[in-house]
Amino acid sequence: MRKLRALWMRIGGLFRFRGADGEFSAELESHVAMHVEDGVRAGLSEEEARRQAMIRLGGLEQTKIAYRERQGLPWFETLWQDARFGLRMLVKSPGFTVVAVLTLALGIGANTALFSVVNGVLLNPLPYPHADELVTVHASKQNFSEGSISYLNFRDWQRDNKTLEALAVSRGTGYSLTGMGDAEEIRAELVTSDFFPLLGVKPVMGRLFAPHEDEVGREPLVMISEGFWARKFGSRPDAVGRVLTLDGRDYTIVGVVPVNFDLQINNFRASDIYVPIGQFRNPALNYRAAGLGIHGIARLKPGVTLEQAQADMKQVSERLEQIYPEADQGIRAKLVPFKYEMVRNVKPLLLILMGAVGFVLLIACVNIANLLLVRSNARAQEFAVRSALGAGRVRLVRQLLTESLMLSLLGGALGLALASWGTKLLLRLLPEQLPRAADVHVSGAVLCFTLAVSLGAGTLFGLMPALRIFKQNLQDALKEGSRSATGSRQRVQSWLVVFQMATTLVLLAGAGLMIRSLMKLSEVDTGFQTRGVLTFGLQPTPTMINQGPDAERAYLREANARIAAIPGVDAVSFSWAALPMLSDDEDLFWLDGEAKPQNQAGMHWAIRYIVEPGYLPAMGIRLRKGRFLAASDDEHAQRAVVIDEVFARKFFGNADPIGKQIHLEQYDDPATVVGVVGHVNQWGLDNDAVNPLRAEIYQAMMQLPEQQLRLTMMGMDTVVHSRYNAEATFKSIQSAVAQMNHEQVVYNPESMEAAIAYTLTGRRFTMILLATFAGAALLLASIGLYGVISYLVAQHAREIGVRMALGADRRDVFRWVLVRGGKLAVFGAVAGVLAALALTQVIARFSSLLYGVHAYDPWTMAGVTLVMMVVALAACYLPARRAMEIDPMQVLRTE
Amino acid sequence: MGNKTDVWQGTLALMVLKTLEAMGPIHGYGIARRIEQTSGNLLSLNYGTLYPALLKLEQEGFVASEWGLSENNRKAKFYKLTRAGRKQLEREARDWEQATAIIGRFLSPAEEA
Repeated sequence: MRKLRALWMRIGGLFRFRGADGEFSAELESHVAMHVEDGVRAGLSEEEARRQAMIRLGGLEQTKIAYRERQGLPWFETLWQDARFGLRMLVKSPGFTVVAVLTLALGIGANTALFSVVNGVLLNPLPYPHADELVTVHASKQNFSEGSISYLNFRDWQRDNKTLEALAVSRGTGYSLTGMGDAEEIRAELVTSDFFPLLGVKPVMGRLFAPHEDEVGREPLVMISEGFWARKFGSRPDAVGRVLTLDGRDYTIVGVVPVNFDLQINNFRASDIYVPIGQFRNPALNYRAAGLGIHGIARLKPGVTLEQAQADMKQVSERLEQIYPEADQGIRAKLVPFKYEMVRNVKPLLLILMGAVGFVLLIACVNIANLLLVRSNARAQEFAVRSALGAGRVRLVRQLLTESLMLSLLGGALGLALASWGTKLLLRLLPEQLPRAADVHVSGAVLCFTLAVSLGAGTLFGLMPALRIFKQNLQDALKEGSRSATGSRQRVQSWLVVFQMATTLVLLAGAGLMIRSLMKLSEVDTGFQTRGVLTFGLQPTPTMINQGPDAERAYLREANARIAAIPGVDAVSFSWAALPMLSDDEDLFWLDGEAKPQNQAGMHWAIRYIVEPGYLPAMGIRLRKGRFLAASDDEHAQRAVVIDEVFARKFFGNADPIGKQIHLEQYDDPATVVGVVGHVNQWGLDNDAVNPLRAEIYQAMMQLPEQQLRLTMMGMDTVVHSRYNAEATFKSIQSAVAQMNHEQVVYNPESMEAAIAYTLTGRRFTMILLATFAGAALLLASIGLYGVISYLVAQHAREIGVRMALGADRRDVFRWVLVRGGKLAVFGAVAGVLAALALTQVIARFSSLLYGVHAYDPWTMAGVTLVMMVVALAACYLPARRAMEIDPMQVLRTE
Repeated sequence: MGNKTDVWQGTLALMVLKTLEAMGPIHGYGIARRIEQTSGNLLSLNYGTLYPALLKLEQEGFVASEWGLSENNRKAKFYKLTRAGRKQLEREARDWEQATAIIGRFLSPAEEA
């Protein structure tokens, strides 16, 4: 405490030199006067008394200095002095200062921007109480390690587990809202009563769902989001207790969910409304084998580890497997920590980018170190003089470090400004895929990071030239000018350039591999056409629900005809199951001749597309054999299916599949294969080939069983192919559908092109950033090489001049310079290729960013090496020209 | 001067505090003289070092100062002990006695031997 108080007063003392000085002078004066008086009283002459007094005091000035040092903080005053001197030096060479500060600002800014993303996404704690207890829950089963949970299994898991504080599930859905202006499709999430309490969410108004209100057969209730509340009810409190008409049914509003509520995990979307899952009007809710896209979240009991909970849930699942062997064969609960679930896709990507951007800063530091080395050469005399006047080496090093830290802090401040802009740019480049984007901002931690990076960078590039002072004989410098130490300094500079080149090559290799991956991906055959294909949701009018299969089929035919009649639309099909790249759905079956399996685990799986005849032309899928589904494959006809070539090869081998029969789990009658089509990429360009589930089966919508046909009236997908652009087409479709009936809605238009681009967003983002970083590194490294070679030429001007005077050819001189630079580049390239081979392995091992290329892809390595060599030689070209143009006469004259 | 001892590092503050306790408010010159007298003129105090020491004590809050008039009607800065200074004096005196006692024990048997 006392120390602190003293420090505080000394800091205060820094700003009060003059007044306090005067006061102390007066005090000393009175001291001396009293001493003299005493001396005179003792019989000395006044002169002698004053002399004695001075001796005893130990000198007026010395005392004042000692006093002043105690008064302020001497080290701070030195620092202040160094800083002012440094500032003068920086202002004296504005070119150097501007280049150095800008280089640093870019380097530090890029690091800060990326760190603020890393900090927000990976480091910040989740905004839930005791977030480390939260897990997501899935059912692992054949083909799906994190598949969806059936409702009945969920209820049993919930009841039987001993390690979970609470277990809740949710499932996305949509409703058509009527009776409040135009009919509207609204996003909804079916949840259980525990869902909000488990996360610690409190209602803004009203209440949450009570226990048991989420069960089947309860009264229809709904919670609305704060945004929806504002939009539809003007945030009036009387909204609670009012009724929403959803899909033609009345739901009573019980509460309002806070506006910022969002769970950024894969299987959940923040929605307009939340409905108890018991209201889900899908009869399959009571099939134990049907996952239905339901996924869970849970909170571990305090003190329970993930492993304990996982083991407990395994026991629970195994017990269910014994009780329900038919439905639950091989089904296990799987728990995944919340944070891991959120960030697993972006973590490797962000870490790789963070590493890359760190390299860029390192290269920038090396550049500045090189510049400083040249400068310290020029300043060797200055330091020699100062040293001769009594400055210690430590003092000189401190002076140099102060200067470099000033540079880096200036760069850091500017970099921070760049970063706050750059962060926004980053977020825009990666809009939806990045989880927790809202948590990304320039926070205290980010400021600390920037400060630390700035200081670290400043020390790094400042220390290299500063340490030379220790090695160098300053007296020599004083005597001979600046030439004595150049040899070793040049060696250091050369090594620095080699290091830069090597690092740059690593970045180039990373970017090159990303570009190659994207090129490979763009060559992947999707199996369908992307141009002109538009998908959107269609929700028939609520009055269509429960009208019976005949009315439903009639409706489908009419709606299809209306859309098909729109100008520009040349093919249309409704779809109610999987859609390539957008959603998935599976069917289970067994082949003709096989015994009916005991349970699902014994059946075969295929991706199921329930479509209409227009699907083939709309998607441009290739017909391989037989025919596609036709209008005649209707409710009266025999059950027909079309399979893809993967299905055919897997289940029929070389035999002709046409005419073969298969037994689909949900139908009593067998289905006949009528055609084979080309494989369609279901799981995304990069994932499809490696997914275990690739067999595809097409069924006719008109042949759906009644129960499922009824579900299509609650919303289905539509695929159209149009000659006009997506936006215009969707507008005409909207008006055509509204003409048919104004209570039905079309929503969520998405072109196939956009859907595919979306699956590549993460890669493209990484590629753009890596390429940018690599480009920046290349630029910096070539500037570094240019600087060193220019310096070399300047240093050797005399020698070159003499050689020329003795008859050396100008072209020899030119070649000599290029070879010097080329050598450095070659060293750098060799070291860089070795480092790149190691580091790209890391990328390949810990992320799935590479596609279709090896980490050691020779083409990429050769390509980036070539690029670097060309740039390096270009950087040497100017200095080489300058060397060639040296006028020997002039050089000799100045000697 | 030959027999005089220099002031040991760190003991000056203790002497100043003790002097202030004994003398009440007093100026810097007075403190210096008093320390010399108390030591029986065995200590050689460089008067100049006294003032930074006083300043340090003041910064730490152990002494306070104000301008006043000396016995000869000369303007001088007077120092006095604060309450915290009194406590600090007790603490340092105790520590010092302990330290000398320990050193004493080491030295006395050696003299006997």
